[in-house]
Amino acid sequence: MFKIIERTMIVPNLHLLVVHAPDVVQEMQPGQFVIVHSGEGAERIPLTAADWDKETGYLTIVFMEVGTSTNKLAELKPGDVIPTVVGPLGRPAAIENFGTVICIGGCFGMGSIYPVVKALKEKGNTVITVMEGRSKNLLYWEDKLSKYSDRLIKITRDGSYGYKGHIKKADDLIREIGIVPDRVIANGCTTLSYKTSKEYAHYDIPVIVTLNTIMIDGTGMCGVCRCSVDGKMKFACVDGPHFDGRLVDWEELSKRRQQYIGEEAFLVHHSGCGGR
Amino acid sequence: MGKLNLNRVEMPKQAYFIRRRNFDEVALGYTTEMAIEEAKRCLDCKKPLCVEGCPVEIDIPGFIRRIAAEDFAGAIKTLKEKNCLPAVCGRVCPQEEQCEIKCILEKKGAPVAIGRLERFAAEWEAAQATMDMPEIKEKTGKKVLVIGSGPAGITVAGDLILAGHDVSMFEALHEPGGVLTYGIPEFRLPGRIVRREIDYLIKLGVKLVNNYVVGKTRSLSKLLEEYDAIFLGTGAGLPWFMEIPGENLNGVYSANEYLTRVNLMRGYQYPKAYTPVIRHKRVAVVGGGNVAMDCARTALRLGAEEVYIVYRRSQKELPARLEEFENAEEEGVIFHFLTLPEKLIGDENGWLKEIECSKMELGEPDASGRRRPIRIDGSEFIMPMDACIVAIGNSPNPIIPDTTPELEMSRKGTIVVDEATGKTSIDRVWAGGDIVTGAATVILAMGAGRKAARAMHEFLVG
Repeated sequence: MFKIIERTMIVPNLHLLVVHAPDVVQEMQPGQFVIVHSGEGAERIPLTAADWDKETGYLTIVFMEVGTSTNKLAELKPGDVIPTVVGPLGRPAAIENFGTVICIGGCFGMGSIYPVVKALKEKGNTVITVMEGRSKNLLYWEDKLSKYSDRLIKITRDGSYGYKGHIKKADDLIREIGIVPDRVIANGCTTLSYKTSKEYAHYDIPVIVTLNTIMIDGTGMCGVCRCSVDGKMKFACVDGPHFDGRLVDWEELSKRRQQYIGEEAFLVHHSGCGGR
Repeated sequence: MGKLNLNRVEMPKQAYFIRRRNFDEVALGYTTEMAIEEAKRCLDCKKPLCVEGCPVEIDIPGFIRRIAAEDFAGAIKTLKEKNCLPAVCGRVCPQEEQCEIKCILEKKGAPVAIGRLERFAAEWEAAQATMDMPEIKEKTGKKVLVIGSGPAGITVAGDLILAGHDVSMFEALHEPGGVLTYGIPEFRLPGRIVRREIDYLIKLGVKLVNNYVVGKTRSLSKLLEEYDAIFLGTGAGLPWFMEIPGENLNGVYSANEYLTRVNLMRGYQYPKAYTPVIRHKRVAVVGGGNVAMDCARTALRLGAEEVYIVYRRSQKELPARLEEFENAEEEGVIFHFLTLPEKLIGDENGWLKEIECSKMELGEPDASGRRRPIRIDGSEFIMPMDACIVAIGNSPNPIIPDTTPELEMSRKGTIVVDEATGKTSIDRVWAGGDIVTGAATVILAMGAGRKAARAMHEFLVG
């Protein structure tokens, strides 16, 4: 059993969950995910690790409340226990000294990009971190991210904080920072990942995205997370979840993500990044 | 020898028109009277050929003789000396090609129903208030880790705990049992039976840890620092697809996904269980094995109006057990033999709409000894379909091989082992089951587990 240490709504509809999972965090690396299952009848939900502490065994996750199973997670209180937190799963994000890296986080991705930002900075990269949301009240972890960023850029669509606009203005951003980066990494909903991949495609640099596919076992058994990357069938749980967004078949991916819309009583969510 | 009794006692089943819409077990099991009557047909051969056909060498005439003498406790004891999972094997072993095919009475067309009797003995024991616990050998102080709690792992854990070792079993999913839990449907092997067998192992002292992915949560080499010997029984991995256009359309599933949604995640109880399962109306299952039959019969039970099995060879080559084929056909599954899917065609929203198939004919035998299917040119036809379940097998699980570079692998992605002992290329590590053979049967995995356990025990006490 895994004990809940903290569960708070960090911004509207996004929750921070801290769980005691000492075995899971020992080998955790940036970009890896866990599967959380809150008990009989619940779904298995893949969630990227946003922070962890090997000493205390605490694992931090940021998740969006989108359906029945995440509603249940959002009801957890400190002291509650859940039966399953399994991981770390997936391949870690590639961490090297690339030079200059733009790290983009939107909605839950502002949390999950944090370990990547930190590791890249520690490897000696110049890290430009971009936080993107619809409005100021949807941004979080500015202090944590700024600690490991050479520059932190805030973008809100309504202009209530930082730059007004959308992540898709890649040319504007690059003009602003004055250098074409060696790599772009984006964490967030499918819309953000897709738009980032398209916007930066003409710079001829890797645009690494973290795919949010449907998963069940997460260990390379069921095959539901399959996607097409560079024309080949890949399995996000064991081959990914990080792929070069320029090579992903986005149309297929977004259709596959819609498979259970009719079945699942999704909460209508329009407050965050605008996509899912 | 008296006159041979060729009246094999049939096992009662739920009527096909009822069972095709529920998830309760199809076969109902022998009554005591039926079991005794069937057991009495056994000739108790001096040289029992049936035993040779059994991968775990059960004393078959021995346990059947005890059933005939109404010594049911003796029967289950005899079974458990060699088989820690009689309730499972009695249900899902392909007896017709293992023990029963060797029975002298088989030549007369009516072999002793060994599987049904095994199942009877196991159910008799489960109905008793107390269970006889076997003797556990004096503790050796050696620590063994079994990775994967499917049939191979269960066998190793059972054998080695009885031999006096300290046994832990790690499972990646949130419930133990491996394919017995996520794969084989409730109507063929109820979950409570699997849980009962696992609980028995726990009672014997096996420490079960769920939610632990070896290779990810911890590397194999780190675990070798803690344990004296390790068994890898990690089973099935990535599903195979046909590599034809349209396999990523919505409504196209691997058998693993479809069965896992319904079994492990309890999708058949949706919306009470949250993992959604779409109730498709027209479903095609591609493949001809037991897994394909399981998928087709599951689709029926989820309310499908028409369910097809699409298989590229003829009925004669069908790898599924005859019993499963007959059950499926009786329940209304429609068989398209000598048919090959060529293309999956979707609608504008990315959902499967129809399947283009070709008719096939059989040519000369291929490497497997079966006649090779050959496409008949110009025979293409379209089947309108909402769902397609691809049940053509899977590769072994990739996680341990991917994270253990020193482990010797075959080109097919299976772990290379010494055939007699299951020993891998890494010191103190053994392996067995689908991770070594590729997709096979429960009992073959158990047989491999038995062999490995024997070798591991010799190593540990040697």
